[in-house]
Amino acid sequence: MKKIISLVLAFAMVAAIGALSGCGSSYDGEINVYNFGEYIDESTYEAFEEEYNIKVNYNTYDTCEALYSTLKNGGADYDVIITSDYMIGRMAVEGMLEELNYDNIPNFSLIGDEYKGLSYDPDDKYSVPYMWGTVGLIYNGSEINDELTSWSAMFDEQYSGQILMFDSSRDAFGVALKYLGYSMNTTDEAEIGAAYDLLEQQKPLVQGYFQDQMYDKLEGGEALIGAYYAGDYLMMLENNPDLKFVVPDEGSNFFVDAMCIPAGCENKELAEQFINYMTSTDVCVTNMGATGYASGNTEACEIYAQDLEDWMADIMFPSEEVLSRCEVYLNLPQETLELYDSLWVELKA
Amino acid sequence: MRARSFAYPYVLWMALFVVAPIVIIVIYAFTTADGGFTFENFASMGGTYLSVFGRSFLLAIIATAICLLIGYPVAYSLAREKSCLQGIIVMLIMLPMWMNFLLRTYSWMSILENTGLLNRFFSAIGLFDLINAISGFINETFGTNLSTDLEYFEMINTQGAVVLGMVYNYLPFMILPIYSVILKIDSSYLEAARDLGAPPRTVFRKVVFPLSLSGVLSGITMVFVPAVSTFVISDLLGGAKIMLLGNLIQMQFLGSTYNPHLGSAIALIMMVVVIICMTVMNKFGDEEEQAVMF
Repeated sequence: MKKIISLVLAFAMVAAIGALSGCGSSYDGEINVYNFGEYIDESTYEAFEEEYNIKVNYNTYDTCEALYSTLKNGGADYDVIITSDYMIGRMAVEGMLEELNYDNIPNFSLIGDEYKGLSYDPDDKYSVPYMWGTVGLIYNGSEINDELTSWSAMFDEQYSGQILMFDSSRDAFGVALKYLGYSMNTTDEAEIGAAYDLLEQQKPLVQGYFQDQMYDKLEGGEALIGAYYAGDYLMMLENNPDLKFVVPDEGSNFFVDAMCIPAGCENKELAEQFINYMTSTDVCVTNMGATGYASGNTEACEIYAQDLEDWMADIMFPSEEVLSRCEVYLNLPQETLELYDSLWVELKA
Repeated sequence: MRARSFAYPYVLWMALFVVAPIVIIVIYAFTTADGGFTFENFASMGGTYLSVFGRSFLLAIIATAICLLIGYPVAYSLAREKSCLQGIIVMLIMLPMWMNFLLRTYSWMSILENTGLLNRFFSAIGLFDLINAISGFINETFGTNLSTDLEYFEMINTQGAVVLGMVYNYLPFMILPIYSVILKIDSSYLEAARDLGAPPRTVFRKVVFPLSLSGVLSGITMVFVPAVSTFVISDLLGGAKIMLLGNLIQMQFLGSTYNPHLGSAIALIMMVVVIICMTVMNKFGDEEEQAVMF
């Protein structure tokens, strides 16, 4: 009897696996793509599926750290990942990325020179820029009449209980470091300590530490000020036209999210084909419309900017003057990351 | 075929998804990133970790106590209702659980926010005006300096909101086990107690409560354990301002340093402390039951 049951079970398992993988597959190939949430126009990869007859399994994640932990665990098998600059730097150093074959990615030539050779991937070996943007101050213009231009608003007692802070140690410390006039990439313990003191003073003033919930809270007027991304600001604006955005005078974070192929990928050519497709001008224009972020494809940016009002274009495609104030995150040494984490626990404990 | 063969699928399930993960946690907790044996993961936990432990246990104990205070009377009176009514009420208790846990917690956010449903309701019925007027009056008569510009009660992003979230989400887990135990108490015990002249309070104290203790204990376990390890409730209703054990463990896996070894060590300590608490409680419970028997 036992044998019969195990036979039945084994059969069921084989059948289930067959059903999952087979499923009348008429596709020529299959790739797994891992991206941030709400960071694509889904019609673009559906069009890719049709055009190239390749199935795209599209999944999303919340934070770069979550992606890192998934890949580090070896618990997933992705062919294309889209992630941020400093995480690309970290994964490149740890040998977690495949070198790209640019013969398969001719559209790389469409990427603007200002997004090539950046510090996280100086020789452009591992990554093709997807989107870029800035972090700034988002505030409610109907309640706050002053033009805010400084991070000081985030630490100002008159806005007590109305401030939203990033719920990620790197970004929260970044704001504090910039306000103090230090680099966001500092490894100096005294500077990081000063930033911690500032964050500790700020804690009674903030409503809380948030990521995605910023949308609801700023749109609904539950909070007046928050530090967040320019692209998301443009999306919030559709629901609350009173919101304003500024890259503070002290400077801010300028980020590039790029497409990479994780080490050990078995469908490298298909993955490169996908990266190439996502870099083409039409696709970039569509994705900009859906996300509010600027593409790395210069031509696409020019096309998209034509239909925008000037002030919106200035936010989406900040001038060189603004960008010169901003820093790209670098991958920090392990000791500094540990310091960040332990101070973060201390802040919230 | 013996009946136990039917349990094999679950035994396999348990081995794969309960026992194996615990073994992995133990291994991780005692190793370094290079795979060497170490106690460093435990030694590196400092005073800040202790305060996170303390706060998590405190909030979970408060939430469990509130659940017990609310849940026991509900379960007790429910068990004495007509059976058709019981069915309806049990269903009403279960009903919220048909919705996703996250969604329910999210909706508490929009209820508790400064511009949320509750505050808007208070404002509409003029509660804040009333309070401001009273404060103003007190200020004038007694020369005090109470604030008179109250616009909302601060409810969201406080420890109170976190406890509320725990109570709301886990209350059914307290009511249902107590209810099912009380339901099964043989009514002849109660009759015997009354026949022997015990007043209602004594019947409850000497008969019903001791007999329902096993339900109370499983209720406490089912509320306390998820409450002490939650990280979603403190993120959503606490504004991530208050770090609980769950958040601390989550951070080791998803924070800027990926440190599964430290995360596992914290998780292991949490499990051990919870097991000790539960064992002590069950011991205490057994003695009570024995005391009744004798």
